[in-house]
Amino acid sequence: MRSILLCSAALATSACATAGASDTSEAPRLFDPNPYASTYAAYPGVPTVITGATVFDGNGGRIDNGAVWIEDGIVRGVGSVDDILVTGEMKVIDGTGMYVTPGIIDVHSHLGNYPSPGVSSHSDGNEAVDPNTAYVWTEHSVWPQDPGFSRALANGGVTALQVLPGSANLFGGRSVTLKNVPGRTVMEMKFPGAPYGLKMACGENPKRVYGDKGGPGTRMGNIANTRSAWIAARAYDAKWDKYEAEGGDRPDRDLALDTLRGVLDGDIRIHNHCYRADEMAIMLTMAEEFGYSVASFQHAVESYKITDLLREAGTCSAMWADWYGFKMEAYDGIPQNVAYVHDAGACAIVHSDDPDGIQRLNQEAAKALAAGRRMGIEISEAEAWQWLSANPARSLGIFEQTGSLEPGKMADVVLWNGNPFSVYTRPAKVWVDGALLYDAEDPARRPVSDFELGQPGMGDVK
Amino acid sequence: MSRFALTALAAALVAASPAIAQPVAITGGKLALGDGSAPIDNGVVILEDGRIVAAGPAGSVAVPAGAVMLDARGKWVSPGLVAPFSRIGLAEVDLSADGSDDASIGDSPHSAAIDVTWSVNPAASPIGVARADGVTRALVAPGPGDRIFSGQGAVIDTATDYDPITRAKAFQLVYLGEAGAGMAGGSRSGSVLELREGLRRAMGEGAYRDLPDDSLLTAADIEALVPVVKGEVPLMVVANRAVDIVNLLRLAQEYRGLDLILMGAAEGHLVADRIAAAGVPVIVEPTQNRPGSFEALAATQSNAGRMVAAGVEVAAAQINDFLTRSAQNNRQLAGNLVALTRVPGHTGVSWGQAFAMITSTPAAMVGLRGEIGVLAPGARADVVLWSGDPLELTSHAERVWIDGVEQSLENRQTALARRYRYPQREALPKAYRR
Repeated sequence: MRSILLCSAALATSACATAGASDTSEAPRLFDPNPYASTYAAYPGVPTVITGATVFDGNGGRIDNGAVWIEDGIVRGVGSVDDILVTGEMKVIDGTGMYVTPGIIDVHSHLGNYPSPGVSSHSDGNEAVDPNTAYVWTEHSVWPQDPGFSRALANGGVTALQVLPGSANLFGGRSVTLKNVPGRTVMEMKFPGAPYGLKMACGENPKRVYGDKGGPGTRMGNIANTRSAWIAARAYDAKWDKYEAEGGDRPDRDLALDTLRGVLDGDIRIHNHCYRADEMAIMLTMAEEFGYSVASFQHAVESYKITDLLREAGTCSAMWADWYGFKMEAYDGIPQNVAYVHDAGACAIVHSDDPDGIQRLNQEAAKALAAGRRMGIEISEAEAWQWLSANPARSLGIFEQTGSLEPGKMADVVLWNGNPFSVYTRPAKVWVDGALLYDAEDPARRPVSDFELGQPGMGDVK
Repeated sequence: MSRFALTALAAALVAASPAIAQPVAITGGKLALGDGSAPIDNGVVILEDGRIVAAGPAGSVAVPAGAVMLDARGKWVSPGLVAPFSRIGLAEVDLSADGSDDASIGDSPHSAAIDVTWSVNPAASPIGVARADGVTRALVAPGPGDRIFSGQGAVIDTATDYDPITRAKAFQLVYLGEAGAGMAGGSRSGSVLELREGLRRAMGEGAYRDLPDDSLLTAADIEALVPVVKGEVPLMVVANRAVDIVNLLRLAQEYRGLDLILMGAAEGHLVADRIAAAGVPVIVEPTQNRPGSFEALAATQSNAGRMVAAGVEVAAAQINDFLTRSAQNNRQLAGNLVALTRVPGHTGVSWGQAFAMITSTPAAMVGLRGEIGVLAPGARADVVLWSGDPLELTSHAERVWIDGVEQSLENRQTALARRYRYPQREALPKAYRR
């Protein structure tokens, strides 16, 4: 990209003029790396101060009798009630007895690509036609009218989420990070500036899906196929690097290799579906072999066995609180997994992979916290909130914008009607970019998707 | 190697404490009786010979001389939880783990005759996980094959012994609605016809008496349906769409002896008064609130609360996913129904009502009222001592008794958690730590 700008800005220079003399040395023509860019625009809000609440700031801090001030779509102030000057322009919400947190971010969702109702016409999450479908972008499967988005907002306090392709393939395709704000198009929901992710998978799923379709049929086949793809990606990367620097014959474009090249260049983040500790270790080694890094392991049921390796690699583990045994590679799941990863100083995330679980990630975190405490691991509730917002934001590359309550960040905020680690607690209000998009007191602030219009139960509490 | 490991684990499991001959008095705890009532501060429970002798507020219960005294101050005490429906004990692993999975009747030519008791493995990991979290009994039945009838369910316990069956042939499971239609060739009408045929053959009714046997059901299946049509064995019917429920109730008018249990009922709240009038108890998944299918368009978490308000007996269970291993999360689901009482527009239930949904109500559905799921004189001594409110996420079971026998709370998960508490390399490999 840079080379073409330099060259076109200096057409008169001898290097470019000389290069233009023969058709094999034309100036390189680059393509738009982001043709389906976000068109998201925040909805309007009113300057608001929540006072007297317990605040989890998302970075592990807790403020009792705290106040949070949001205005112009961003967090303007967080502190004790005495720190925030309330003016007549602000709407004041008495948060006494309530809690304020950053919005929950789910790093593993299939809302939109496996939407409700779960009929075969809607099954758009796995392009299970080839073990390498790095060429698909799951945003092109996301149905914005999935009724699940609204449940995640109203019951779960989820303000952003990553939708991933499924795990049938070694390379499942690009993920997309969304604001949990209804849109007519997926572009209207895309989180502005969020980097793309690439879903990879190891273990049982690819070998089960492709075992009788030409392979891979074994775990060693999974690894060999994956390594071969990285070898091809490096060759492609070198070819394009050369073209971008020197011009000449334009290499053929390959959508799958574009994505793998984006990983090698550090622009696209790897989110690797992997359950077993031994397989995660192999995938970390593979990343070293080919020169990329793994942002997160998804499911990571056995992360507790290799917390040291994960900490050293800087790789997050996105985990369930207590799912186990539903297949062999999940057999060793334990409810202490999240707490052990956190306790070892590695990055722990509670994820859902489920349209129901996404509505209760706070409850799942509470179970994980309790399991850790039973083993003597003292983690405060405020620290544990990092599993739900800050660490997810870091793994997605959006922590500069959201994931904690800090002045200047997006006002993605949840007011809970009690301690969110209690089963008896629900969101009272949810703001995204400072816009009040759910209010338990106001049926008009309860989104209803197109699908639900005119159906039994339209507009009901859900 | 793996066989040795399993044997060793099994030996550890059966080494649970023997039954205590003396009476046991658990005092000072917050008592949840399981009968729908509010919890009692400073309660007393007396266990003797595997039964509850007495339970109630301190002062109302005499502590027998010579009783083993257990101080439960700061804790909660409740009956063991009853999973209203599950498949725990039927599978060790759910996918591609050949031979470890009896959770479905699969390709058997039989259907209604299948008796789940022969598939229950009390040493299965999910039993140990459920037990460690206070689940002491469960209603279990296999998943269907290609007939709407899914076989004879049982009530089991989760104790560390090899006699898991509390009541065999406790109910018959049948699928209507979308699932039943799929098994009956593609239409709801086909599934109702199949149900009707089974019932009428079992009654030896009308044309079915004399015609040659062209039945889709085997002789054994029809024999298994005889106690169902007599009302001796409850018929548990899966249906979700409001009109499917209405049609079921209409059908039941023709077979007045049937003792129905409705499972699923995602749209039950739309016809709650009719379910209540028919006196049919219901098992729901409390958190089901998406139009996950076209028969659950009106799903809402207020479903259970609205039905309770209309007078329906409701039990709460995770029934749509992970049936082989999710029984321990039913208490979380019940807690969510209490949460709704604080959300404007929703209909929740009281704490006592929610707790009954995972204790006495499922017991009563299969004729075990007063026998399990309740702390009342004469009931089986299934008792759990909790660290706190059993519906709360941060509470856990500290001690569990089944039939008066204190149980081990160890399982594969606790062993793994101990082995990997610290990841550091030690003097010997992790394989030597157990």
